Amino acid sequence: MADDLPKAEALITQIDHKVPQTGWMDTPVTIRKGMYCYASNPKSVEYVGLPHARSWNPLEEDWKLPENWQEIIYQGFRERLDRFRSLKIFMDICVRCGACADKCHFFIGTGDPKNMPVLRAELLRSVYRNDFTLAGKLLGRVAGAREMTLDVLKEWWYYLFQCTECRRCSVFCPYGIDTAEITIIGRELLNLIGLNIDWIATPVANCYRTGNHLGIQPHAFKDMLDFFQEDIEDITGVDVEPSFNRKGADILFITPSGDVFADPGTYTCMGYMMLFHYLKERYGFDITWSTYASEGGNFGFFTSHETMKRLNAKMYAEAKRLGVKWILGGECGHMWRVINQYMDTMNGPADFMEEPVSPITGTVFENARSTKMVHIAEFLADLIKHDKLELDVSRNDNLKVTFHDSCNPARGMGLLDEPRYVLQNVCRHFYEMPANTIRENTFCCGGGAGLNAGEDMELRMCGGLPRANAVRHVHEKHGVNMLACVCAIDRAVFPALMEYWVPEVDVTGLTELVANALIMPGEKERDIDLRGESLSGTEEE
Amino acid sequence: MANHKKMYDKREVVAGLVIFVLIITFPFWYNLGKAAPAPELELTPTAKAAKTCVLPKEEMKAGHMQLLDIWREKVVREGNRIYVNKSGKEFTMSLSNTCLDCHSNKDKFCDRCHDYASVSPYCWDCHVDNPKEEK
Amino acid sequence: MNSKYMFSLVMVILLFLIAYIGVEVAGLYRLFGIFIPYLAAFVFVVGFVYRVVYWAQSPVPFRIPTTCGQQRSLPWIRPASLDNPSENSGVVIRMFLEIVFFRSLFRNLRFNFNKGQKFSYEWEKWLWLGSILFHWSFFTVVIRHLRFFTEPVPLCLQWLEKADSFLRLEFVTDFVQIGLPGIFMSGLVLLAALIYLLLRRMWIPQVNYVSFAADFFPLFLIIGIAVSGILMRYFAKTDIVGIKEFTMGLVTFHPKAPEVSGIFYVHLFFVSVLLAYFPFSKLMHFGGVFLSPTRNLANNSRAERHVNPWNYPVKIHTYEAYEDEFREKMIEAGLPVEKELTTNGG
Repeated sequence: MADDLPKAEALITQIDHKVPQTGWMDTPVTIRKGMYCYASNPKSVEYVGLPHARSWNPLEEDWKLPENWQEIIYQGFRERLDRFRSLKIFMDICVRCGACADKCHFFIGTGDPKNMPVLRAELLRSVYRNDFTLAGKLLGRVAGAREMTLDVLKEWWYYLFQCTECRRCSVFCPYGIDTAEITIIGRELLNLIGLNIDWIATPVANCYRTGNHLGIQPHAFKDMLDFFQEDIEDITGVDVEPSFNRKGADILFITPSGDVFADPGTYTCMGYMMLFHYLKERYGFDITWSTYASEGGNFGFFTSHETMKRLNAKMYAEAKRLGVKWILGGECGHMWRVINQYMDTMNGPADFMEEPVSPITGTVFENARSTKMVHIAEFLADLIKHDKLELDVSRNDNLKVTFHDSCNPARGMGLLDEPRYVLQNVCRHFYEMPANTIRENTFCCGGGAGLNAGEDMELRMCGGLPRANAVRHVHEKHGVNMLACVCAIDRAVFPALMEYWVPEVDVTGLTELVANALIMPGEKERDIDLRGESLSGTEEE
Repeated sequence: MANHKKMYDKREVVAGLVIFVLIITFPFWYNLGKAAPAPELELTPTAKAAKTCVLPKEEMKAGHMQLLDIWREKVVREGNRIYVNKSGKEFTMSLSNTCLDCHSNKDKFCDRCHDYASVSPYCWDCHVDNPKEEK
Repeated sequence: MNSKYMFSLVMVILLFLIAYIGVEVAGLYRLFGIFIPYLAAFVFVVGFVYRVVYWAQSPVPFRIPTTCGQQRSLPWIRPASLDNPSENSGVVIRMFLEIVFFRSLFRNLRFNFNKGQKFSYEWEKWLWLGSILFHWSFFTVVIRHLRFFTEPVPLCLQWLEKADSFLRLEFVTDFVQIGLPGIFMSGLVLLAALIYLLLRRMWIPQVNYVSFAADFFPLFLIIGIAVSGILMRYFAKTDIVGIKEFTMGLVTFHPKAPEVSGIFYVHLFFVSVLLAYFPFSKLMHFGGVFLSPTRNLANNSRAERHVNPWNYPVKIHTYEAYEDEFREKMIEAGLPVEKELTTNGG
């Protein structure tokens, strides 16, 4: 964790929700260390052919902007107004009732009024009114209009990268104004003049080239899984042998590459491998991994609609090349918003595949009739409902689990009960966090939408505070020691967040818990879990 | 419209706008071809002979209901039955016996305006029509 | 003093003076009685339609409903068919509840920091209550006013008036008389709700911080409308029959501006300003809420294909290019490839 990050006890006392003396238009932005992510590496920007690649530093006065940057923003804004009705409506109809203000985890955690969703949107609206509305042109500030200046631009950049596009505000807005949509389009505008952050730009370039955000090349991707294969054999005595890029497989599996690379996601990845092996042995389940489409996540979504489409295109392209019947998707947050709300529209129709049917239970996934992509939690819930998994739930008895609804599957899809059903069938101690912090009211981990870098640790700790606070509640009340989630960014972000705010709680994916409980055909007696820790009941004490 | 761009979801949007405009313009088409002048009031010979009412005509037009309410209060609560107007003339404070004495043609006097302005006073709940004539 | 609301208050006072002096001193009855109301009504209708058409000229490229409940997936999992509708019928009900009962606002939670200890999020109903009372009472008041614009007055309007005046408040002293004409609840509720909305905008620091003069202006203006209306009904009595003759003249296009008190013209002028201001302001949320893509779409984009009219082809990194770059390493790792290495080094 960053050295200059204040201690948790100190940070919490710094937070207050008072408003400044000066009006927000008269309070210039101060870009503060720990609260922003580094500017994008020009090589990454260049690699995917995005404009105005250059090295620049947010802390410096001169951002080395293209000379006509105002014109570019203006034209870009106009173009997007023509393309997105959402943008027009969200620019026009906000009444500033303030219902959204205290719904944002960044506002709760930082107290910075410009993190109120309404003001984050006003940063763009003020310019919109000035440039595109009669009232703004005539009345100026009275109507909340202001010109686009360098200070305004810096404000845009700072605060559009302090939003994780979680959509919590949108649940409460009486007109459904969605700050995520505004942030997405705002970032798209910033990308027109080469203002992105490296934690997004480089994963995008990597994903474009190697198929995944981490830039893992095909042989290394296979190496990682081979390595897990050995681990699994050590733990269970079973050789799970995954298959790669195999033509003619029934199903293609795509999951975020974070699970291949970083703990604790790796345990979830091992879980997938064990599950697929189990299903293959028992029911002849036929699935393949792909090294080309080895990324479920899509940091293009945090760059521009076009970049999102370019990265997402690999899923269908690979499915078509391999000739699979349908695609199974792993645990990931924004990946599922992209699949649910964008993929078919952008890169469909996926008419070269079939309506997904579980080969084991015969269940037809009608809800995925068109995209042909099924969520692993839906798939697992169906298996468990049909009693197709042999489970020894006592292996998870040492865990007291709570479930974090990841923002995107919750508010951009509605995947709420499937993972809960799975969890409750693989572990016996499950406790919900307070109702106002779960399901559609869930709080972001604080690092979504590309903000899970190392240099913005203070921002992450602030943004994740509401979630951590709810976890602490169930930790203190029920002794919860495991936070389960269905998102790779969660699994990357939560360990640091928990260590900071609730040190006794660990983080897991759903499938890891399933695999812990799964009785593998021909397994040896298991005394450790996937993490190499003693299973409950086997401890000598 | 000013520019000739394509409209999306045209069917729904146009249907919505047509409904909106129809509702907004309701008063215009509801009254189409009708002239709706204020009703003519008929004064009875008694009223004509009296020349002036309790208060000047303009004040009576706008505020007769308030005067009646005050009268009721005075009579029922205070037992005071005599009203003296600005010019010093005395009246018995009674809807049936004073007001309707002159304006005995309720349907051609009271009702015409009340109907026009969509007012349904509760006076007549107790005070029957044209009490003088019937009693 | 806060300059934002002072500005709007002063504006409304100015508007009052313009109308009052214009009529009482300058005698511009025709201007304020005929010309301005017609113009305002025209601007309102045309401006409103124009704004909605402007919105409709942009497509909804992606289905982005905010899903506030369980999706429809497996048959044995109960979907939240209103908060996460997968069918249009659900969308219609969701929209109805949103527009008529402000369902999203009803969810409102107030966050309490509790000095950094256990945060709490409690149900906050006041904003919802204030808003719904404001909108419903304003709607009732507007509908009630149709008695001035219809002859004969439809029966349902008379019922509405009866319902609105069901509470017989009576209060008579030597100086004040209330009770006749009967009290309309809607007007009083409207004023009370407006004052609540105004006070919260002034006093809740965060709400005040995000407010512009343009947020206070409609509040003051509608307060002006309500106050002038209440004055005319209960205190500064006006010749109602004369006014109806005038309003009927307006809607039958034979307008004759009556020489009634300035307060009536202030009322009329305020309404005219509100109408003309409407299409250019945030008040267009009335039209916009119908078109909000996070509410008016079904969450069925995995089951039904939705087409983006401007979808354009993009440059992608094809599998062929990928294999070309990594072929050697892939073969070495035992990964299947489309093309084998050529003998002369690939």
